[in-house]
Amino acid sequence: MTTLKLDQVSKLYRATSRAGGLTPALRKVSFELRPGEVISLIGESGSGKTTIGRVLLRLVQPTSGTVTFDGKDIATYSARGLKDYYRQVQGVFQDPFSSYNPVYRADRVFDLVRRSYFGAAGDKEWSARVDQALDEVALNPGDVLGKYPHQLSGGQQQRLLIARALLLDVKVLVADEIISMLDASTRVDVLNLLVKLKRQGLAVLFITHDLSLGNYVSDQTILLRHGAIVEMGATEKVFGNPRHEYTKMLLSAVPELHRKWQHSPIGPVPAAAGAPLPGAAGGAPAATLTRASLVDEMAHAEQVVKRDLRAVLGTRRAAASGRSPVAVALEPPVLREFEPGHLVADPE
Amino acid sequence: MSVNVQGLSVAYRSHRGDVTAADNVSFSVADGEIMGLAGESGSGKSTIGNALVYLDQRMKATGGAVTVDGRELPIADNRAMQQLRMTTVSLVPQYAMSALTPTRKIGQLITDLLKSHHIDNRQRVIAEMKRRLELIGLREDVLSKYSFELSGGMRQRVTIIMSTLLNPSLLVADEVTSALDVSTQRAVGEMLLEFRDRGYVKSVIAITHDLSILAQVADSIAIMYAGRLAERAETGTLVESPLHPYTQALLASLPAVGMRHDQATLAGIPGRPPSLVNPPAGCRFRDRCPFAFAACSETPPLAEVRPGHLVACWKVSQEHAGEPGTGQQRPLASVPVKEQA
Repeated sequence: MTTLKLDQVSKLYRATSRAGGLTPALRKVSFELRPGEVISLIGESGSGKTTIGRVLLRLVQPTSGTVTFDGKDIATYSARGLKDYYRQVQGVFQDPFSSYNPVYRADRVFDLVRRSYFGAAGDKEWSARVDQALDEVALNPGDVLGKYPHQLSGGQQQRLLIARALLLDVKVLVADEIISMLDASTRVDVLNLLVKLKRQGLAVLFITHDLSLGNYVSDQTILLRHGAIVEMGATEKVFGNPRHEYTKMLLSAVPELHRKWQHSPIGPVPAAAGAPLPGAAGGAPAATLTRASLVDEMAHAEQVVKRDLRAVLGTRRAAASGRSPVAVALEPPVLREFEPGHLVADPE
Repeated sequence: MSVNVQGLSVAYRSHRGDVTAADNVSFSVADGEIMGLAGESGSGKSTIGNALVYLDQRMKATGGAVTVDGRELPIADNRAMQQLRMTTVSLVPQYAMSALTPTRKIGQLITDLLKSHHIDNRQRVIAEMKRRLELIGLREDVLSKYSFELSGGMRQRVTIIMSTLLNPSLLVADEVTSALDVSTQRAVGEMLLEFRDRGYVKSVIAITHDLSILAQVADSIAIMYAGRLAERAETGTLVESPLHPYTQALLASLPAVGMRHDQATLAGIPGRPPSLVNPPAGCRFRDRCPFAFAACSETPPLAEVRPGHLVACWKVSQEHAGEPGTGQQRPLASVPVKEQA
């Protein structure tokens, strides 16, 4: 069993623009990715979801904590070990149009794999392998091979990149917002492809901001806010019985086809402890706001802008506990078991 | 009728000749109505929206007429249109929130904008702006901030406020909720409703690929496919009982919240829209349509199959031909179908 495991992974970004600006992008995130399982990692902008993907692909080094693959810390890999790691762990990203070099044919991504990993393969063997990978992603070789990126649709480009990962002995696929730039009619094909690959034993980390897509495709769901897990568990439990206020707020804001938004206040976004809420308390007279949910959203948006959580969370509590503000800001809310396989964080 | 678009065709100049991105599009939007204009990339929805406010150098109107409040809009005459922008028609272009000048503060940006439109009594306009900022929960100090100091949702709301400052009759909002988080999306959607309810803008055309957002904010929805209107109906009708095969397939490909892959497998639409450089004759959805038959080799007219429900599909108009309450089946001859150049 090959598992990819995050243990208490934190990442602190230092801002260069503001003096001393520190942004805890991840706060002690732990979870495990098992074969044949799709985990949806759901969060809004600034939640740290992309940072997790980048940590797993070793594009970003965590500030603390470890990522282990088959029990081995991925930070300790040598160059050869890393190459072997990438043989098994691959990523596909949001924007297919910028994943390709427009002056080369799109299938050059396959040639690059061949050059790095399959130098010994003969032409015949290689093209059989490519055909098989394309077949896996339901692409017709004649439609895509030899074409330039601009001649392919977004869905075809994305599936070509998944096929590229399948050429290797890929065990884990980090899929970061891979369908957000695709049209609705082609989205589902890529989602169904992920489901099919999962059934063949692939582990998929499906990073998204779209709750309904995450729900459709995943077995496990993790919700992130400000770099910390607020709720995680089996998808049907998290979506069927959301416990955290933030999860409830997100679910109530999802636009649905057959149900209109309730124009009543959506559950308040829990405020950072002790920090003033600029939008709600300071500014607007509530009487002018006929749609009260705007206020909640506003408070939340301002927090996101103010990503320097040390200021929001750290300083006040640090003074009380006698620890450094950074250490306190990196402390995530405590996760408690609500029911077996369903963890919910304390309000923050 | 506040906004009336009749037979509008817009082409892009290219070195291989003109490409007609929007072909003979007709619709009207009533006062106080938010119309959603939906379609996939390349369907011509943004082309239509842009044409109503700003035809850039690459575009030209090759036919049709637009009237707003009974006056014809000189869409091909950029200088005449300049007089009407912001006051009569206003556009929030796609990615507008990413295009706010990073070197000017928001307040300066707005003053510049008012100056360039030769607006007198700017103080009064700015006072009104502050009132509206407060209304949607933004504090006045956003005016003294740079765009990069604001979150995406705040920037998007600032651009909408700027575009509606002079109470235009028509606001064209192009993908204003895309690229936003769900909670912010909702706030922007509700802001559009709020502004419409308060009369800051009379009619809105909301362009997006996201049908579920339109189900929340739009009163009616028009679906475009490959440069033509495929279906137009009230929001409830279109979402609950769509008639055009394309609309049906598009709606069927959207997962609802709570739907899992092991309960139901959704299906995409196989194939791709035809190239608009040399589009095939007849119905443009024909190659991807499960119901295509011989008649589809001719272009179907946008026919009113039920009151207020317009569909451009031969199969649908045949099936609904004898229904009570059906509007007249318009004979093909009376609908001018533009031939491709």
